[in-house]
Order: sequence, then C-alpha cells, then structure tokens
Amino acid sequence: MSVKSKIFAAMKQIAEEQKVTLPPLEDDLPLNETGFDSLAFAILVARLEDELGVDPFTVAEDAAFPSTLGEFVRAYENVPA
Amino acid sequence: MSPPEIIALRQYLGEGPTDRTISDARHSLSLTEIIQHSCLTDASCELPGRSVLLATSGQLLSALAMIELDGVARRMLLCPPDLDWDRLQVLLQQAEIDTIVTDRSLLRCRADKYALVGIDLAERRAVRWKAERATEWLMLTSGTSGLPKIVRHTLDGLAGAILADGPTRYRNATWATFYDIRRYGGLQIFLRAVIGGGSMVLSEPGEAIAAHVARLRAGGVTHISGTPSHWRKFLMSGASADFAPHYVRLSGEIADQAVLDGLARRFPRASIGHAYASTEAGVGFSVDDGREGFPAHLIGRNRDGVEMKVVDGSLRIRSLRTARGYVGAEAPPLSDTEGYVDTGDMVELRGERYHFVGRRGGIINVGGLKVHPEEIEAVINRHACVRMSRARSRPSPITGAIVVADVILADGTDRERHGAIRAEILSQCKDCLAVWKVPAVIRFVERLEVTAAGKLARIDA
Repeated sequence: MSVKSKIFAAMKQIAEEQKVTLPPLEDDLPLNETGFDSLAFAILVARLEDELGVDPFTVAEDAAFPSTLGEFVRAYENVPA
Repeated sequence: MSPPEIIALRQYLGEGPTDRTISDARHSLSLTEIIQHSCLTDASCELPGRSVLLATSGQLLSALAMIELDGVARRMLLCPPDLDWDRLQVLLQQAEIDTIVTDRSLLRCRADKYALVGIDLAERRAVRWKAERATEWLMLTSGTSGLPKIVRHTLDGLAGAILADGPTRYRNATWATFYDIRRYGGLQIFLRAVIGGGSMVLSEPGEAIAAHVARLRAGGVTHISGTPSHWRKFLMSGASADFAPHYVRLSGEIADQAVLDGLARRFPRASIGHAYASTEAGVGFSVDDGREGFPAHLIGRNRDGVEMKVVDGSLRIRSLRTARGYVGAEAPPLSDTEGYVDTGDMVELRGERYHFVGRRGGIINVGGLKVHPEEIEAVINRHACVRMSRARSRPSPITGAIVVADVILADGTDRERHGAIRAEILSQCKDCLAVWKVPAVIRFVERLEVTAAGKLARIDA
C-alpha cells in the first residue's frame, strides 16, 4: 500500500470513530474542510507515526503545517524513511 | 495528646494463641518465643535512646528488630531494600541516625561513622532493655523520582486503624501481603498480625507468584493485602488454585470496579475490601461493599478519629493516624494549619459516591483539556479480555499531548481478535469518556512495569 493510501485509510478509520463525514479525498482539499478537528489530526499523526515510523511535523523544527490534503501527504512522502 | 502509657510492640506478642508464627521462604519463627529473645549480636552497644537505621537483607530480620527496638530506641528508620548507599547517606544525616542494625557485611565496611550492631536469626540472647519511651517510627515515602522524604510516625498512630477495628477482631488470622513490611502498606499488615494476635507469612523479593501462592496456602493465610497492581498480576498468573483467603484487601492505588469484580469472582467466599491509606496521611478508611470509590457520607464527619474533606478536588485527611511530620532540617510542613494532610489524590463526586480519579501531578493535558490516566484505565479494564492497562501521555505536534494506552490482554486471547478487541475498547471508552480522553492509540503489550512499592510505573508522571 502506498503512503498516500495508508494515510487515506487511517483518515477513514478516524472519521468513522469520530462520526465525521469525510468529503471526497482530493489533493487540493483544504485540511480545514475535512471535518477533522485538531484532536482528530493529533490522533492521525500519532497513528501514522506508528504505522510509517515517521512524524514529519516533529522531525523538522521549522516544519510548516500543511494547508491542503496533498501537502499533508507530501510531508510524509518527502521524509526519508 | 500524648498516650497515657507506652505500649510497645513486644507487649502484644504475649496475647493471642501460643502457636503464632512469622515466616519467610526459608524460616519460620514462633512469635511467642520472640518475646524472650534478642537477635542482636553486638550487645556491647547500648541501644536505649539511639537513632537506629534498620538495614537488613530480608524482611524477617527487620520484623524482629522492630519488635526488639520499639520502646527502646529514640527512633528507628525502616529502610526498604532498593535504596542505594549514596541516597541512603543523605537520609541518614537528615534523620540524625547514629546506629545501624544490619546483617549486611558490605554496609558494615562503608558505615564507619555509625555504631554498628549485627543481627542474626540464630542469636538467642536474653532481651536486655525495657520499653520505656515512645519510639519514633521513620519511614520513606514511595515517590518514584528524586530522594524520598522521611516521614515520622508513632506506634499509636500507625496502629490507629487496627485498634479502631478492635484488636481482637482478627485473632487467629494469618496475614500476608505482597508488600514489603518496611513500607507503609506492608507495615500495616505486619502490625495487624502482631497487635491482633495473629501470624504472618512474609513476601520474598523475586519469588515467582506460583511459589508465593504455594507458601500462602501452606502457611494457612486467611487475610491478605496488596495493591491493585499486585492483584492484577496475581489474577493474570492463574496461580490461585486452592488458595481461599477469608479476607482480601487492596490499597495503595485506585481499586477500580474491574479488579474488585475479578477478585470477587476468583474468591467468591472472601470478603473483599479496599482501604485508603498513604505513608503521610495514614489509614483513612476502608470500604467493604465491593464497589469502587467510597460513600459520600464519609466526608465531613469524624469517624473513629478520622476527618476528611475535599478541597479543590483533592482529599484532605486529619487524624491521629497521619504522620507526625517530615524529618530533616528543611522539611516542609506535612499538614496545613488546621492539621489536614493534602493527599494529592483527586476525587470526584458521582451521585452518592466519591470516586478517585488520579494523582494531582499525573494529569495529561490534551490541548488544554485535562485527564487523569487512572480514569481511562478504569474504563479499559472493564473489557472482559483486559487484565491490566496503563494510559499515558504521548507528545503531539498538534495538541501538545495525546492519550495512548498500553494494554495487557488475558492469556490465550486469540491474536486474530486483537483488531476487534481494540475496536471494542475504543467504543467502550467513547461511550464513557469525553472525546479527548479516548486513547488515540491502543497498544497490546506483554507486561507493564510495577514499582518496588507495588504500584504501576508511570514513566511520564
């Protein structure tokens, strides 16, 4: 499974747990329109760290938090595993 | 407020049945015979009025030394086995110790500043000193980090709950505890055995649970105590066949409904009680109705000399059973100006009952919203497949921290079911807890560390 599909799967799982209806997951979807609050993102980042072995938002001190789903996915793809 | 007369520990040995014993894995001694004997070997040292450290390798020798020195020494410091020499030296200075009773040769080489007195089970001298003073009992707090604090008790304070129960209530009982008797929780059980006219089976460090339980059974143990963590490990071990105590007691940590129910199922004929006690606050109360928490009517009244109140969410206790104070030149006051000890244990009123929710210092902060790990563990532990759990804080780049949980499943739980169980635990948490309290990640682990004091190790607390 690609990094992107793992991220999408984790998001769908959390959406189901948090009773959030996700819009279609597209690269240009703004993160603040996903229906996820900061807690849901915190859970997502923690679970992805366990699954992928990286947390791109803690690794680099100057890491800017992405604003779209595509940027979020690229943050994971660009971290050397 | 001083007691009208001094009753030293030794005087209780003459009471009760004559076949009373105290035993560990290797030795069994007659408690009745101990009255006549001294186990101290260097009798040239005059011990009356001395400030004595008891630093024995095992609990049995400490038990004998406590019996021998109570009423004789000015003070005695009980030393748990896991204390290193560097930290001990600082504590000895704070406690103004001048004499060490020990069977450890290494300690004898290092401690040349102190008068040294040996102790040996084989020694059978006649007792030389009369009990003529109220000896101070010094104990160490069970804090996990830094130097422990020294807490000063008197025997009448330590025995307050035992005497309030009626000392003869447990005559013929054989007591045991998973604790070490050189810590508060274990000392309570040792004193119950000595003062109440019973016998005692001591725990042994590093002993496998099955071997320990075999000794409990062989020793005819009827009354036994431990922390909820001790009891969860016991229930997990499956080693309880044929062991049927009359009384099972929990203290030292929050007894949640799951562990109370687990013990009730395992010991259907036993009376199961959980007690609230701490090294500083002494024994507050015990609850015998099999339910977690305690009835709200215990707050605000004077029951058996114990008064409790809740201020800013934490339980405060005032009684003659609390420690007299901390020991040391710069020791902070132990109680407030009205004599209440702030236990640091947070409680919450739900209906007619107070529930313990955790330690004041142990709070996890999820983006400004707070939660006690114990509250989450209590919910996770309700799942039938869960034996033990630990909730903890994990750093998050988004909320500062999130809650994660480590869970031990019952033996023989099918790996294929892990996913389903994880989902069940999560949904149980969602039903009972606010959304930020629900663990973001649940990890199944083989074991969770328990401290020397028998409490679940909280690494981030």
